[in-house]
Amino acid sequence: MSKKSLIAKKKGPDVVNKFTGGNWVYTKEVKEHFFNPRNLLWEMPKNKSGFDAEGIIGSPACGDIMRVWLKVDPKKDKIIEFKWRTFGCASAIAATSMLSVMATEKGGMKIDKALKIKPQDIMKRLGGLPDRKIHCSVLGDKALRAAINDWFKKTGQYERIIVEGSRVIDPNTKVTEVDIESAVIEGVKTIEDLQKRTKVGIGNPACLDEAEQLLRFYREKYFGKDGKQG
Amino acid sequence: MKGKQYYFDYAATTPLDKWVFLKMKPYFSENFGNPSNLYESGRKAKLAISEAINKITKVLNCAPGEFIFTSGATEADNLAIAGIARANKEFGNKIIISAVEHKGIMSVCDALKKEGFEIVKIPVDKFGTVDLKKLKKEINSKTILVSITYADSETGTAQPVAEIAKIIRKFREGKHSKPYTLNPIPYFHTDASQAAPYLDINIENIGVDLMTLSAHKIYGPKGIGGLYIKKGIKIKPIIFGGGQQSLRSGTQNVPAIVGFGEAIILAEKNKKAEFKHAKQLRDKLEKGIFKIIPKVVLNGHSKNRLPNFLNISILDIEGEALLLYLDEKGIAVGTGSACNSENLEPSYILSALGRSYEYIHGSVRFTMGKYTTDSDINYVLKNLPEMVKKLRQISPLNLKIKKPKKISQLKAFVGGKTPHFLRRK
Repeated sequence: MSKKSLIAKKKGPDVVNKFTGGNWVYTKEVKEHFFNPRNLLWEMPKNKSGFDAEGIIGSPACGDIMRVWLKVDPKKDKIIEFKWRTFGCASAIAATSMLSVMATEKGGMKIDKALKIKPQDIMKRLGGLPDRKIHCSVLGDKALRAAINDWFKKTGQYERIIVEGSRVIDPNTKVTEVDIESAVIEGVKTIEDLQKRTKVGIGNPACLDEAEQLLRFYREKYFGKDGKQG
Repeated sequence: MKGKQYYFDYAATTPLDKWVFLKMKPYFSENFGNPSNLYESGRKAKLAISEAINKITKVLNCAPGEFIFTSGATEADNLAIAGIARANKEFGNKIIISAVEHKGIMSVCDALKKEGFEIVKIPVDKFGTVDLKKLKKEINSKTILVSITYADSETGTAQPVAEIAKIIRKFREGKHSKPYTLNPIPYFHTDASQAAPYLDINIENIGVDLMTLSAHKIYGPKGIGGLYIKKGIKIKPIIFGGGQQSLRSGTQNVPAIVGFGEAIILAEKNKKAEFKHAKQLRDKLEKGIFKIIPKVVLNGHSKNRLPNFLNISILDIEGEALLLYLDEKGIAVGTGSACNSENLEPSYILSALGRSYEYIHGSVRFTMGKYTTDSDINYVLKNLPEMVKKLRQISPLNLKIKKPKKISQLKAFVGGKTPHFLRRK
């Protein structure tokens, strides 16, 4: 009996898809944001002056595309409005929705803080995502950074423009060398796992060779010659 | 469970028929004997198996010794491909399959490639039909096996299996054949898992040498399937043990086998009626969706397709997202979207049709069956437009639709223009 109650109390994702038999699950937060997305841009703005900045990332070929519109309070250096549209699965939609909440709650987020949002932060607020869905939230923070960079450009703050930490490996998904490095640190061992984590090369297989080389390089760098932790 | 379930995923699996279940019941706890044993309960089990074999082989129109039970279609596919390949190595190393085969075929071929076999995939046209000219060209004296699905599991497009059988027979009779083999190569295998409930599976009519069947696609139990193997064909086992079915070891799954036998008889008996029933509902759903939802593309052949299949791409939205919205309303469908697959790759079958990734991500598969009703269709038609509208509002995309050309050819069904049982009348 005690065993049964333990299982019932087990924390974690609780929304299981009954029909596909898929073994991935979504949390209540993901479900809530998926079915009732917050800060969605219901109507496309008629003229571009409605927003201060815009950012876009992904490609329809790789299965996810996110577009973000911002309004910024230049005096307080804060995001006051975050509108978005996303083409993608449930976790991609929920991740963008959650990000929009994070950026605008409590009177809006400081630009400097918004630039530092990591995929992990979004996932934490969503109560976690299935492993192979992590890339969905990875795209969200990049779309936001792209929009903020756009605002920097438009307001002439060129010195504040953030050049993404490293070279872009996959131009579609904007996966960078740093993404691959951090995936390796988090335990990714094979190119398949790397793809599940970052979506590198999906819709653009030409960049897979380079991704695999980098994967091997960082495996050796952090875990020794044959991938064993040394 | 909450509310009524609207099940539109019969291609994934079908519910067990209640009559079939009734017939299976005594073989769990009452007649539980091992068919290999000689005492009474063993004999009862053995008798039940031979009765089931008789039922199945009667439908297939073959001898009882020509059918082997397996754990399902995947094992039957594996046995057909690997078993034939390994047993006929001395005659050649070329295996021909199509680009729209099931994973059960694709994966075993990948494994055989490493054993030194040459695997050739015949492309399909944009409607999903195998290119017969290319197939003809590829068959040579080194070819030991051709495996082309009867109807693929995503679009339900039916392949001209009887025509392919003719091409292969002609080659065998020609100068390239090897008269010293008892049953000349290349052999022809087809996976009829999806086709079985609707198309002709009389092997005499379709002329295949090996054929895969699965019970849970015809309202039978899961975990049981089988392979028809023409007498005299050289084939090696892939499972080793006590030799219970000589080629396939392991104690037989008696209740499932009994269920399989009952299910196939029922399916055969009702085939004509089920074909009409499914087609009527499918056509209504198809027409309805195309009428009320803009920017929808049909995947697969518009005519030569299983009557219960409707695979469409709804542009600008993603399949998994739509699947979950439908699920919320109790509607179960399938999708070829990458987000719903284990490896995050979009459906290779839809890719083979030349569909771009943008289209595949938005693909949804409705498959109907004998328990689908007219009101189920109405329910979908009532709810779907709203969901599509909402998901399109969430989406930043606005893809342009390219009109596919009108389809004129009508030859994919066995032996001619229309399915055999509609033709007979």
